[in-house]
Amino acid sequence: MARRSYGKLIAFLAARTGDVAGAEDALSDAFAAALVEWPARGIPQVPEAWLLTVARRRLIDAARRRRTGDEAAADLVLMAEELEAAVIREAPIPDERLRLMFACAHPAIDPGVRAPLILQTILGFDAATIASAFLVSPATMSQRLVRAKNRIRQAGIPFRVPERVALRERLDAVLEAIYAAFAEGWSDPAATEIRRRNLAEEGIWLGRLVASLLPEEPEALGLLALMLHAEARRGARRDAQGEYVPLSDQAAELWDRQLIDEAEALLFRASAMGAIGRYQLEAAVQSAHAARRLTGRTDWASIAQIYDALSALTDSPVVAINRAIAVAETHGPDAGLAALDALANDARLADYQPYWAARAGLLARTGRTDAADSAYERAIGLESDPAVRRFLQRRRATCGCRS
Amino acid sequence: MKYMLLIYSNEKQMLNASKADNEKMLAAYGAYAEAMKKAGVIAGGDRLKPSESGTTVRVANGKTQVLNGPYAEAREQLGGFFMIDVPDLDAALSWAARCPGASHGAVEVRPVWPM
Repeated sequence: MARRSYGKLIAFLAARTGDVAGAEDALSDAFAAALVEWPARGIPQVPEAWLLTVARRRLIDAARRRRTGDEAAADLVLMAEELEAAVIREAPIPDERLRLMFACAHPAIDPGVRAPLILQTILGFDAATIASAFLVSPATMSQRLVRAKNRIRQAGIPFRVPERVALRERLDAVLEAIYAAFAEGWSDPAATEIRRRNLAEEGIWLGRLVASLLPEEPEALGLLALMLHAEARRGARRDAQGEYVPLSDQAAELWDRQLIDEAEALLFRASAMGAIGRYQLEAAVQSAHAARRLTGRTDWASIAQIYDALSALTDSPVVAINRAIAVAETHGPDAGLAALDALANDARLADYQPYWAARAGLLARTGRTDAADSAYERAIGLESDPAVRRFLQRRRATCGCRS
Repeated sequence: MKYMLLIYSNEKQMLNASKADNEKMLAAYGAYAEAMKKAGVIAGGDRLKPSESGTTVRVANGKTQVLNGPYAEAREQLGGFFMIDVPDLDAALSWAARCPGASHGAVEVRPVWPM
């Protein structure tokens, strides 16, 4: 209940007061009150309306404390009427998450914080989780989020789905946030943490929502296709013993055909619109991997080509690493290593596990076992998933390294 | 919400503009102010004399310091302002974009602290 409702309730409150931080504080008080009252008195008939009513009272208290006059009061009266309607006439609480997402993606917000802001407000991520997904320190992330929320309130950024032209400009930040949410959930393949598995589901859910609102926007379709392709392989990423299985070793018949078909249809529709973009290209990579279930082989040459196109669009180190892997598959491990070497000065990679794992694998294939060994050690030290850690340890042991 | 549109521009360029260009610009500002009036959003505004005509006052330790010149020396100076009252930042930004000053300089949009 908390997970599904959180963003919806924040969006409802913030859209009416313009104050995201205030909405978060009020709602967290309301959830705390529910923990005390619901076990004693039973769950209210319309739990969301109950929470919003408590949150609204907190907002009134806060407005009184700040002595901010009539404007806030008028908003809060209107809100009371809406909530009453929700309880008495069982009118649904309106879902305004998209409005909130577009406020967070407003051009007046620093581009680097738009996606984190959406993750925090819509999905209730804490700053530390967001920081790890965006490769920055928790303190920095927390500061940026606070500043952005202040800015929304002080600058009067509207909670509105923008008109068509502006909407497209702002869509990038919205899609980036959805993908970051999905990726965070995807990084827990064993689904041992419910919170994270839900994130992948929430990401797909948000992706479907945006794709349905913007059926003519190829990148929205591309992102959904990308997420569905990845989701289709969720079950194949672990063997019966719970050990990690890399994509190249996965049994294609374990992939979810229905999700793959849906993804392929979306990608086909998107490509017919003639405006290529990052998500369509990433989905095309996944589509090329998925083709193995039909052809029995992986077309690494095509994948390397798609990554070439992708690296022209973005300076993402993740894309660069995957490109290097595809290059290694088509032109040999030395060519792959040369591509990785070109990234060596990127400070973001110092603690990025996939870089060190890719490096270790390629070094091992060229017979540089000492260098491979220390790269494996670094990758193992950076990995937080025990199954992936064990996989890397097995690789390290079989590459002829010293340990 | 009230917003102040602060118009910054290169004064030298403005002062060196031909008479015809000057008239064109004044006409553009006139039309802009009129449009804001018709839309019912304008709450004030004026053009400022060049920054070299400015005098900066500071009181420190009870002593009044008067400095001959603008607060900050910069290539682009505050040359005028409009105060508008609109529903939100998007509305303010679209008025700022229509301001002739946005095309020859820059317009800073600042929300006004409600009293």
